[in-house]
Amino acid sequence: MPSKPSAAFVFVLAFFATLALYPLVGGKFGVDLVTKIMIYAIFALSLELLVGGTGLVCFGQAAFFGIGAYATVLLSPSSDPAGLALWVFAILAASIYAFVVGALSLRTSGVYFIMVTLAFAQMAYYVVHDTPLGGGTDGIYLYIKPVFGPFDLDQPNTLYFVTLLSLIAVFVFLARLSVSRFGRALAGIRVNEQRMRATGFSTYPYKLAAFTISGGLAGLAGFLFAVKDGFVNPEMLSWHLSGAVLIMIILGGIGHLRGALIGAFAFALLQELFKSEAIFGAFAKHWHLGLGLSIIASVALLPRGLVGVPAQLQERLWGRSSRRAQSLGDTDVSH
Amino acid sequence: MDFSIFLIQCLNALQYGLLLFLVASGLTLIFGIMGVINLAHGSFYMIGAYMAFGLAPIVQSSFGGGFFATLLVGLFLAIVLGYFLEWAFYSYLYEREHLQQVLMTYGLILVFEELRSLIIGDDVHGVSAPDFLSGSIALGDTMTYPVYRLFMSAVCILLAIGMYLVFTRTRLGMMIRAGSSNREMVQSLGVDIQFLYRVVFAAGVAIAAFAGMVAAPVSSVYPNMGSQVLIICFVVVVIGGIGSIRGALLAALLIGFVDTFGKVLLPQASGVLVYVLMALILLWKPQGLFKAG
Repeated sequence: MPSKPSAAFVFVLAFFATLALYPLVGGKFGVDLVTKIMIYAIFALSLELLVGGTGLVCFGQAAFFGIGAYATVLLSPSSDPAGLALWVFAILAASIYAFVVGALSLRTSGVYFIMVTLAFAQMAYYVVHDTPLGGGTDGIYLYIKPVFGPFDLDQPNTLYFVTLLSLIAVFVFLARLSVSRFGRALAGIRVNEQRMRATGFSTYPYKLAAFTISGGLAGLAGFLFAVKDGFVNPEMLSWHLSGAVLIMIILGGIGHLRGALIGAFAFALLQELFKSEAIFGAFAKHWHLGLGLSIIASVALLPRGLVGVPAQLQERLWGRSSRRAQSLGDTDVSH
Repeated sequence: MDFSIFLIQCLNALQYGLLLFLVASGLTLIFGIMGVINLAHGSFYMIGAYMAFGLAPIVQSSFGGGFFATLLVGLFLAIVLGYFLEWAFYSYLYEREHLQQVLMTYGLILVFEELRSLIIGDDVHGVSAPDFLSGSIALGDTMTYPVYRLFMSAVCILLAIGMYLVFTRTRLGMMIRAGSSNREMVQSLGVDIQFLYRVVFAAGVAIAAFAGMVAAPVSSVYPNMGSQVLIICFVVVVIGGIGSIRGALLAALLIGFVDTFGKVLLPQASGVLVYVLMALILLWKPQGLFKAG
């Protein structure tokens, strides 16, 4: 850690502080929306560990999210509210599936890896979609929300803060992980796996561990989502969601943990913006158009994602020399 | 299962597999040669199908109509569209990371779907096959098989043979193959690689749109038909081996048969079979059945 806090560190701190204060001003709708976005942010962070941290592009992340959510509903007792055990089981279920998928799919690499993870996600999708276990296309309801000690997750504000705490915990965990020996090894694998092997690292167990942790974190997001909506359906495992979460982290900027945060918020807020009938009137029905055009514009104008915007602005204003200082500042918090 | 049902399912599987091959061949070419992950490829299939629906009345009034005239006009428009898109969007993606390509082509999917919704609407439409192809032929005593499906298979086979000939027997095909194995070397030998890419891309778009147009009378046209076909086509490309036309053909037929017979024999598990197949093949051969070439 540098003696003077970097801009990125201050940004993340301010970001979480804003979220902590938000329920004071946000109404019922706002709190619900931001809870949802924070859950997506946890989900995006789980994928960032793989894509940005390890260089593994997983296109089946929704499976772990969905399995966490389905485990939450299926393992809920039907009379009393569930406790912390449910939380553990949801994460465990997702991690176990991630372990199995990772163990098999890490034999492949590159685009083939992308497609094998998709294949395993589609298998999970069809299992909940086509078998009685998952309630088919209609999904299943979670009637009794879990209670964690004094925290009743049925209360929107309680759920909001539990989600925020989970988000902060996941963020700090991943930030610490990235500077640990394990995280450094993952970064080495991302940059040059051959060389890592040549220096004596057996890369496979590292990748598998990262994959399993990532699946567990996605399961945590799934747990929160199931509790928030009180409802799960097969679409939570669909490749559309896997694609959307991948889009979030690319939009935010790969290789930075805060990119996942920014990406999740930007993606969800852009959606809300273009869906807003107050601004676009009848055209709000066609919100995909605005979202699609903004995504295309962001690829054209922001090659480093939203995270790279300050650096890009600085280059514009003060020339190239300041870029180095900025990128050095960046590396401290989130490699 | 008696023999005539078996025969009909075989024909269906063949026709589905060949159709998948048409869409997937463009995807594998664009992927293998230009190195672009084109998520919007399914949209070109969708655009083709909607052209078959939307252009028919226009062609009817201006050229006197006819199914083949619609096909030709649609094919021409698809080539123009492909050429334009390569110039306007994709040519900026070659130097970018794969994930940036994923992001942009995802944006294009959203734009195409919404434009479709704005121009034609969100209803499901049927497209009628031309009269002389709308009959059925008898198979066995009670079964019949629609002529149009046979026509589709025949068209797909002709196109596949045409592609094979262009690839192996022409100068253009030679340049394309060379460009896929070493971009810089081909460029330094004086080939205009940018133009070559534009041609390959336009051809890929045109073939996907053509597949959509030919499929429209059978599948009807409906929203999101593109994204459904997209994922299956990626499966085909990956099973076949990226960049390999031969592999795409084999993989498409394999998936056609597995999917069709899966629906008949194991209806509960039909959706998952294709993905189980892909996982097994990739665990057995992590690079797909055929390496590019």
